Amino acid sequence: MVKPTLQTGSIVDGFRIGDFVHNGGMATLWSVSRPGATMPMLMKVPKIGEGEDPAAIVSFEMEQMILPRLSGVHVPKCVSVGDFAVQPYIVMERIDGPTLLARVPDIPLPYADVAEIGVKVATALDDLHRQHVIHLDVKPSNVMFRPAGEAVLLDFGLSHHDQLPDLMQAEFRLPFGTAPYMAPEQLLGVRNDPRSDLFALGVLLYFFSTGVRPFGESETLRGMRRRLWRDPPPPRRLMPDYPPWLQEIVLRCIEIEPAWRYPTAAQLAFALSHPSEVKLTARSQRLKRDPWTTVLRRRFNRDLTWTRAEPALAAKLAAAPIVAVAVDLADGPAPVNDALRVAAGRILATLPSARLACVNVLKQGRITLDTTLDAHGHNKHIDRLVALRHWAEPLKLEDHRLTVHVLEAIDPASAILEFAQANRADHILIGAPQRSLLGRLLGGVSGRVVAEAPCTVTVVRPSRLGDQDEPPSQVQASRDTRPDGPPGSS
Amino acid sequence: MQSDHYSPLGVAVLIAIFADIHANRQALSACLAQARKHGAQRIVLLGDYVGYGADPEWTVTTVMDLVDQGALAVLGNHDNAVGDTREHLNVEAQVAIEWTRGELGLSQRRFLADLPLTLEDDDRLLVHADASRPKSWNYVTNVADAARSIGATSALVTFCGHIHRPALYCMSATAKMTAFTPRADVPVQLLPGRRWLAVLGSVGQPRDGNPAASYVMLDTERREITYCRAPYDVEQAAAQIRKKGLPTRLAERLFLGK
Repeated sequence: MVKPTLQTGSIVDGFRIGDFVHNGGMATLWSVSRPGATMPMLMKVPKIGEGEDPAAIVSFEMEQMILPRLSGVHVPKCVSVGDFAVQPYIVMERIDGPTLLARVPDIPLPYADVAEIGVKVATALDDLHRQHVIHLDVKPSNVMFRPAGEAVLLDFGLSHHDQLPDLMQAEFRLPFGTAPYMAPEQLLGVRNDPRSDLFALGVLLYFFSTGVRPFGESETLRGMRRRLWRDPPPPRRLMPDYPPWLQEIVLRCIEIEPAWRYPTAAQLAFALSHPSEVKLTARSQRLKRDPWTTVLRRRFNRDLTWTRAEPALAAKLAAAPIVAVAVDLADGPAPVNDALRVAAGRILATLPSARLACVNVLKQGRITLDTTLDAHGHNKHIDRLVALRHWAEPLKLEDHRLTVHVLEAIDPASAILEFAQANRADHILIGAPQRSLLGRLLGGVSGRVVAEAPCTVTVVRPSRLGDQDEPPSQVQASRDTRPDGPPGSS
Repeated sequence: MQSDHYSPLGVAVLIAIFADIHANRQALSACLAQARKHGAQRIVLLGDYVGYGADPEWTVTTVMDLVDQGALAVLGNHDNAVGDTREHLNVEAQVAIEWTRGELGLSQRRFLADLPLTLEDDDRLLVHADASRPKSWNYVTNVADAARSIGATSALVTFCGHIHRPALYCMSATAKMTAFTPRADVPVQLLPGRRWLAVLGSVGQPRDGNPAASYVMLDTERREITYCRAPYDVEQAAAQIRKKGLPTRLAERLFLGK
């Protein structure tokens, strides 16, 4: 190791160097302070002496280009960047606490804990991908958590920015990454597929839930290349009580073929946060690895599946949106619900990777503790779920493209907004307020959703033809009959 | 150096850089307006003010005014062809230059003839084509061409045009090359540890499939280069080309950006 040129107490560009924090493979970390700055800060300094890995310089240049462009809670805030001409460094926010590596002695962790970690990291990855960056080195030591729980991704030295020159790609023929976590396509030199990060997260989830690394720890290129054709043992084989839904998700993340994984980190986070909605394919039941015939076919006929000219990252994300549709079932059959279905159908028809989340709010009284059963002893929550599936049925969506959610809430607008936020929805479809007394009373819902939503909102209105003379009494009637009306009648 | 007058130390300077205007009045007007809106404080012109387009007189006069106001300008092969009949051009370009010779007055022709092949501006080199042999007007189309051009200079950043398609190359300290097709409006930091060659798109005759005029904004303090696009009245530019009896293909290609 080259002796660090910095010392505790010295000053660099106004930053006072504090304690030596960490000695990494390509860089060292120091705590730093600056008069007037309240945020705890770290200075990252690359190792660029004689005998150091030349990749250290290039990866540091990449991080210097990428980190200042990133924002949000899922990355450390970049404070300042120092020139290679004088003293190269990056000063960034210091996140308190240990990395996810500190949990490794406790693995295997409970399945619920693993899923929670998965949701947080997938959410962070989604945010990163939306900022045009693929991390390409997702592993426990590059993940931390803020006090409020959000995952923070560290170290963008191996990352790829969709809109900036990729210096790593140009400079080195060998793939870069961390052996146990590197996706098969990364081994082939592909650096522009966001699903490589989903693979690495899948490896992490497999490891944390079983205690075993799915692709071993081999550091040789030969050893790493086995993952191009050999699948790991299904987790259920190692852990008899392994939940099928978790196996479904983990095995889908570590599919050899990127197109067979989740299309986006948002969809992965969605699956991990709704275990009961995960479509259980043959993956979820598997107890054995793929037969040798399959492995040999992959080994020697790779061009069967490995093709593609890659579209840009933003285009990939845009092609697989989560569309949330708010369906109001309280008033029985409403023309607006048919219009909503038509609008949803149009979006889903054009985007084969899009998925539809049907949401209904079961309104709770502000004071009374509502019973879950209606006057006839039906479970209202389940009835609404059935009604939502019935509403969506004409769309003829495959199971993995459709989920239904009944939210019990006092305030429908807040419930829809929170759902969209938590599930990283890209688009909300909601019915326009109806021109009736009740409609006007409820009209605030779509208005508030439009005003406060974190994404695009389409307000859907039934065609005006035919309902011009809708008698108010009809709305009144349906309102009166609501408590007894057959659920799912819409 | 000329630049000292305009860029007192430590003050951010935004430079708008234009290449291959090719007598396209509508495109240059749109670029100048957009660049000024972006806060451009200085102007750099990389040659080929004439040829192909229908407004050589207005364009050269405008360039002369800009140079009077402090802009830097180098010579392009079409500009050279106005006074030097030995300059080899393709057939359509040849027709356009023959017509251009009958449009420009003495002062304008003299201005073109006096333009330098290269200029140095701080740590930047300005040249129309490959910097290793500026007078040969070689195209820079790949990393090998770029490496040859960068290797022939001592500048940290070279700016050139001539191929009408934006590209950005860099050479690391170990002489490894990186090629990159810049995205419009996304600033790229010209890392100081490397040497760079910025190939500009064309103002007056883009050939990268996007008909909008192409130019560059350089922020010398942040060391950031941004490739910009300015949409302009292509109909009008094309109509003028037809009206002046120039080859119609020169009008048609403006709509396609190729």
